Amino acid sequence: MLKYVAKRILLAIVTIWAVATLTFFLMNMVPGGPFLSEKAISPQATAALEAKYGLDKPLMQRYFTYLTDALHGDFGDSLKQRGRTVMSIIKMKFPVSARVGGISVLVALCLGVPLGCIAALRRGKFLDSLISVFATCGIAVPSFVVCTLLMYFLGVNLKILPTMGLTSWKHYIMPVISLAFYPTAYIMRLMRSSMLDVLGQDYMRTAKAKGVSGFWIMFKHAMRNAILPVVTYVGPMLAYTVTGSFVVEKIFVIPGLGGEFIGAISGRDYTLIMGTTIFLATLIVLMNVVVDIIYKLVDPRIKLK
Amino acid sequence: MKQNPLSFQLKLNPDDFLPATEEEKQSQVVMRESVSFWKDGMRRLSKNKVAMVSLAVIILVMIFSFIVPAFYPYSYKEQFKGANHLAPMEYSAEEQARIDAGEKVFPHIFGTDKMGRDYAIRVMMGSRISLIVGLIATAIILVIGSLYGSVAAFFGGKVDLIMMRIVDIIYTIPDILLIVLLSFALKAPLETLKGIPGFSWVGVVGENLISIFIVFALLYWVGMARMVRSQILTLKESEYVTAARALGVSNGKIIRKHLLTNCIGILIVTTTLQIPSSIFTESFLSFLGMGVAVPLPSLGSLASDALNGINTYPYLLFIPAVLISLIILSFNLLGDGLRDAFDPKLKH
Amino acid sequence: MSEYLVDIKNERLSFFTPAGEVKALNDVSIHLKEGEVLGIVGESGSGKSVTAYSLMGLTAHPGKLLGGSLYFNGHQIEQLSEKEMRKIRGNEISIIFQDPMTSLNPVYTIGNQIMEAILLHTEKTRAQAKDRAKELLELVGINEPEKRLKQYPHELSGGMRQRVMIAIALACEPKLLIADEPTTALDVTIQAQILELMMELKDKLGMAIIMITHDLGVVASMCERIAVMYAGKIVEYGTAEDIFYEPKHQYTKGLIRSIPRLDTKEHERLVPIEGTPVDMLNPPKGCPFAPRCEECMKICLREMPPVTNFGEVHYTQCWLNQKEERSANE
Repeated sequence: MLKYVAKRILLAIVTIWAVATLTFFLMNMVPGGPFLSEKAISPQATAALEAKYGLDKPLMQRYFTYLTDALHGDFGDSLKQRGRTVMSIIKMKFPVSARVGGISVLVALCLGVPLGCIAALRRGKFLDSLISVFATCGIAVPSFVVCTLLMYFLGVNLKILPTMGLTSWKHYIMPVISLAFYPTAYIMRLMRSSMLDVLGQDYMRTAKAKGVSGFWIMFKHAMRNAILPVVTYVGPMLAYTVTGSFVVEKIFVIPGLGGEFIGAISGRDYTLIMGTTIFLATLIVLMNVVVDIIYKLVDPRIKLK
Repeated sequence: MKQNPLSFQLKLNPDDFLPATEEEKQSQVVMRESVSFWKDGMRRLSKNKVAMVSLAVIILVMIFSFIVPAFYPYSYKEQFKGANHLAPMEYSAEEQARIDAGEKVFPHIFGTDKMGRDYAIRVMMGSRISLIVGLIATAIILVIGSLYGSVAAFFGGKVDLIMMRIVDIIYTIPDILLIVLLSFALKAPLETLKGIPGFSWVGVVGENLISIFIVFALLYWVGMARMVRSQILTLKESEYVTAARALGVSNGKIIRKHLLTNCIGILIVTTTLQIPSSIFTESFLSFLGMGVAVPLPSLGSLASDALNGINTYPYLLFIPAVLISLIILSFNLLGDGLRDAFDPKLKH
Repeated sequence: MSEYLVDIKNERLSFFTPAGEVKALNDVSIHLKEGEVLGIVGESGSGKSVTAYSLMGLTAHPGKLLGGSLYFNGHQIEQLSEKEMRKIRGNEISIIFQDPMTSLNPVYTIGNQIMEAILLHTEKTRAQAKDRAKELLELVGINEPEKRLKQYPHELSGGMRQRVMIAIALACEPKLLIADEPTTALDVTIQAQILELMMELKDKLGMAIIMITHDLGVVASMCERIAVMYAGKIVEYGTAEDIFYEPKHQYTKGLIRSIPRLDTKEHERLVPIEGTPVDMLNPPKGCPFAPRCEECMKICLREMPPVTNFGEVHYTQCWLNQKEERSANE
């Protein structure tokens, strides 16, 4: 177990390093530099700016400086938002995204798991068809479609929900639905098929032959096994939530890190792009490590390997 | 001995106790006919109504995006003066005048956008882009993934170990994050490439589209590679391959006859399910403005453009939004149908 | 109150599959006294497991009982509610399944799974249940029970797991133990150990056993009564002596001929039963075994043979015996 954790963490560190390196060199590949878009800057002023941000030094030296700084949580200053460090922007914006994303993940789990179970137990009945149709359509609708349709019907047309910002609980409803839509549908499908698989297993028959009551058979014997694949999906779901936040925060004008990232790209804020990418990648990779370790803990079968 | 009362109810002839012939015996045995894997799969697929409807929808969408535009009287970049934001089937003042003069004018079925371009042809072109991206990206993934996977599985040992570590690392890299980054970073180099003689096709395809393909080629094949590798490894160890080898069948024939025929079902299924996921990613990027270059439309960018006029022209949003969902849904359902039909492990 | 512990009369049970009705059991009668061992022999799909499962109320969907009555220890099984049935399952009737590899829940410890049965049917506290579980593991011959209780199924070998299954089945000292091919999935050496253990436990605890198997060798050594099933019917029923020394049905004869024996002469070959098992969706009109029967007559293909009795216990359903009977009468 300890060996597995060590191996997993090592792999995560390599991945994060790879992402950081790739990000750094990609950003430095872009010709013209960050100050090109601002017109009428004299060559002297450009040189001064470049010196200030260390852009005049050789590439490899900058790379190592960047990596050591990043290790200390220092991603440098934002190029466009004067006087603010990238880290301070992340610190300010990330909690907002984390709140919306966290609620969405919880909603997806709390809806997806029980509904998937119900569908499996009512296999072939009306409720199963209803849930299955929703789940099948749910994974086919891109998040931006969900966002825009919600926006139009609930926000613009019926005007029952606010379309911008994140100041009251009402503001959370549409972003959370948009972000949780796909994972909910996916978990339902996963849970349904996993539950059907478990229901056909021999140990379910053993439990029944022991005289265990219907409720306990479902709860203790079936659910506990059927939920394992859902645990493995939590990692990808977190990644989906992070990237989904790009669209959702853009559409609903939420002051979160996803919107900030998209803004940084259109504004060519190099340091902010790099910092955010590395931060989000680290977050996703580490969460995946945690999820994998949790999976090993809940499934006794792979403990020894 | 007790007599059974039942025997009196039956009228029995002495003839009945004569031995039965072999033919008489065989006529009683009803055997279910045995069918080949492909025939069986195709039969099951054609019986699957949902999958067949999905296939029909996909073919229909393909006709609309690849064939119809050739005969369509408008072009996707053509701007009509005074025809901005026409409602569906509405004519501009100038066109109305021509109609009044007795001329025949093709209607704007879905209206026009804010630049006065016919929306129907833009939607068709948009779904063409989406489909092309989906198909080409999937082809790239299929080729790279299956090559990589089979090389790893075939060489085994250290080669396999190192190759799979690389896959592990790529697998954990958050893909969309990197796509966004790459399409941003590759934009400029590709633009310069476009200027070099012999590379003008880059401009035709669009820099963003090429960077999307590059990202797919760099990152997305890992799932396919893992699947192909594990499939080949299980097959390599399976008893019928051992049996074939014991019988002295040549390696080439084992690969052709056993490995390929057994892999191909699962490859078809995975490939079909990869198409919608590629389309999904493309539309996501286009929506964020990092997909195809203007004036080329994509379903994602059409939806994104329509967002500004959502109050007054909601249909501009609905049409691409519904279409993209329909395309993804159809491919998903077709993939599910193929899996049910061709994955022997699911056979009950 | 019947003199029998188990009394199944004329049971008819069908599975209504999408492809059509499968008559899994057709007029099956079985009875068993306390402490007796009955063997049910037949090939897969002959209905032997279905008979046993229906006695526990475990008939799988889409199976449906169409007729007959099932008595167990004074209860009329088919009329019990699910709740009443649960009190019997695992308590008065227990079952051991074929495949110990898949019959234990992989995510719970052995101890948890044995204690579950004890806690369900007795008033014992958790500590008492744990002691009982330890006792049971010792009873089924597992060493270091304390340590095993904390282990997961995947940490044990197949033979070990089957012992655990037996321990679970015996947890509440059942009156009837159903063993559904308990040794099929095990190595030959382990098979003998498990069968020996079962006989030992039977003598110690005095329960009745229904032994379901396709292996005549297994029933020969263990069972007092044997029922031979083919295509949902009991084609021959009798004591072990009747079946082995005076088989009357062609299928039974075929089965016995196909057992390897030590006393065969060098050049004598095993005789297999030709043909394939019946397609239960399209059963033959007459005797189901007729198409594979060497002595098949015209009547066999047309009509189901009636029962011919040979004494108190032994009976068969075969036209050949009817023919002999008729010629004896004439």
